[in-house]
Amino acid sequence: MPSAPTADVRPGPSGSRSVLERRTGSIDGPRKPVEGPDRGAGDRRIPRFVWALPPVAVLALVFLYPLALVVQQSVSPDEGGTSLAPYGDVFASESFRSALTTTVWLAVGSTAGCLVLGFVLAMVIAFVPFPGGRAVARFIDVFLSFPSFLITLALLFIYGNAGMANGLWTDATGASSGPFDFLTTPWGVLLAEVTYFTPFVMRPLLAAFSQLDTAQLEVASSLGAGPARIVRQVILPDALPALAAGGSLVLVMCLNEFGIVLFTGAKGVTTLPMLVYSKAILESDYPAACVVAVVNIAISVGLYSLYRMVSRRVGA
Amino acid sequence: MTGGATGGIRFDQVSVAYGGNTVLDRLDLTVEPGEVMALLGPSGSGKTTALRAVAGFVQPASGRVYLGDRDVTGLPPHKRGIGMVVQQYALFPHMRVHDNVAFGLKARKAAKAEIPERVAEALELVGMAAYAERYPRELSGGQQQRVAIARALAIRPGVLLLDEPLSALDARLRSGMLAELARLHRELPDVSILYVTHDQVEALTLADRIAVMDKARLQDCGTPQELYRRPRTEFTASFVGNANLLPVTVADGADTVDFAGRALDVPTGEAAGGATATLCVRPHLVGLGDGPNALSGTIAEVQWRGSTHRLYVDVDGHRVKADLRELRETPALGDTVTLHFAAEDAVLLPAGTAPGTGGGAHA
Repeated sequence: MPSAPTADVRPGPSGSRSVLERRTGSIDGPRKPVEGPDRGAGDRRIPRFVWALPPVAVLALVFLYPLALVVQQSVSPDEGGTSLAPYGDVFASESFRSALTTTVWLAVGSTAGCLVLGFVLAMVIAFVPFPGGRAVARFIDVFLSFPSFLITLALLFIYGNAGMANGLWTDATGASSGPFDFLTTPWGVLLAEVTYFTPFVMRPLLAAFSQLDTAQLEVASSLGAGPARIVRQVILPDALPALAAGGSLVLVMCLNEFGIVLFTGAKGVTTLPMLVYSKAILESDYPAACVVAVVNIAISVGLYSLYRMVSRRVGA
Repeated sequence: MTGGATGGIRFDQVSVAYGGNTVLDRLDLTVEPGEVMALLGPSGSGKTTALRAVAGFVQPASGRVYLGDRDVTGLPPHKRGIGMVVQQYALFPHMRVHDNVAFGLKARKAAKAEIPERVAEALELVGMAAYAERYPRELSGGQQQRVAIARALAIRPGVLLLDEPLSALDARLRSGMLAELARLHRELPDVSILYVTHDQVEALTLADRIAVMDKARLQDCGTPQELYRRPRTEFTASFVGNANLLPVTVADGADTVDFAGRALDVPTGEAAGGATATLCVRPHLVGLGDGPNALSGTIAEVQWRGSTHRLYVDVDGHRVKADLRELRETPALGDTVTLHFAAEDAVLLPAGTAPGTGGGAHA
């Protein structure tokens, strides 16, 4: 017994000393070859930021430069010169205002739909064991890689004017047209966007649910909490960051969605990207198209910054 | 009492199977009101399944589970009124300590005015009143487990289920919490506690009775003293206290058995002459040197354990363990030594499974 205390103490200092030695060694070690004689004078080391220049240059060339061109075009009216006149014209036009409203409510509506549907589906997949549950989760990953217009096309086959649902109806009743013609309305776009974007919400949710300690759910129920209370007070708070991440992603993607709106063929539904398309391609009004594009970008970036701010505050 | 459950648990022929694999086989066990029952066994013995059947997380394939005199077999967990504490605490991470403790009270619709008082009372009971405003992540493991216990006790359950509550804590904290749990039980004498553990020390220290489980079945049940001093099966003898188990044949004479050609004097009870049996002797009751029931053999291994020396001695091919107060002169490997034990320290068990199963690691 008397020898025990010294035996306990001794490894301490010698252990920490060796850690120190190792640490200083690791600092000196790699630096020496860099400053070695084959590099010439020791001061000619390349600063770190130099390595960042090539990728930044490439990014600037392929991404920021065209963006700058768009902004420049938006302040260059056809009459020549540089003025904010195109902005005034576009903001005053009825088509822009209605497109802005349509875009925002479609995006907000679709996002809300995706959040609700995604939360429910993810919860079923994560917490209700059923055969094939894992396959469904796997399929969601695949679904994310599908192009958005594919969903619209599929919906067209089902609910379109010449689609399956209407075909069944006309065959059965002999009527000249079926009852389903919502696909060309905003509701059709909403349905398509909810269908397509829901997996984008489910993905982070499923990841969050797989981290959730099931013992928490069990303890909660043993304490007398029914399923509804467990969802509200245990699962939902845990899923909030994932919901925020998925929701904000979907919101931005919905704001910029073009393929779905185009493919539903809804003439009455003009969103900002559609407006850009029709101004630029159909009317050859490039300044106006660029103005709308700039507004679209501003909304996206603004929403993204808002999301970052909120998530940082929540996360802290 | 919002707990609703009166004390006491009764298993009536409870079987649980997962896909044809029986994990709990016809368990019959009664936990009296106010009693601490330890379910002790190795992993896979069915002890946790038994606890989960009481909580309602597994549905028995057959048999009934009673809380008090209420049949709860078909009742969902949230209607059973049970307090539960699990190994990894499972506190709700986004709630402060007092909200964690209040969770059960709110879920059970306790009167709003009553909740703060009951939360404070429960936190006081586990000595965590000063931490009510903290989040779980700001607490140490031992503190989190105290909060988890307060959360379970706040609903004033008649039955408290503890599922390996100390396994996640380090050894020093564990013995502190063990004393704490014993104190809690003294302060809450009406609560029945079902305590699942694989640690015999926890079971021996805390339990009024121990149910020893192995291979999905109840092997033995009794007070810690009974199980330790008079085990009824080889499994109990080796799992609780890691006893020496020696194959013997009962001699025709009174209170004598034959072990590898040696005659040993031990109480044979009602065992018939000529029957094979297992002799159980605790390692710490084996002495070094000549004496009654002497066994000589060669040293196979010596372990120094601080206050004791553990000797492994080969006696005609059978390994005998002896825990001796720290020796001044340690015998060397291969030395011939003589061990002995008193007749009243030996227990004769019916021969069953091979001696030594489940031993070794649990000393």
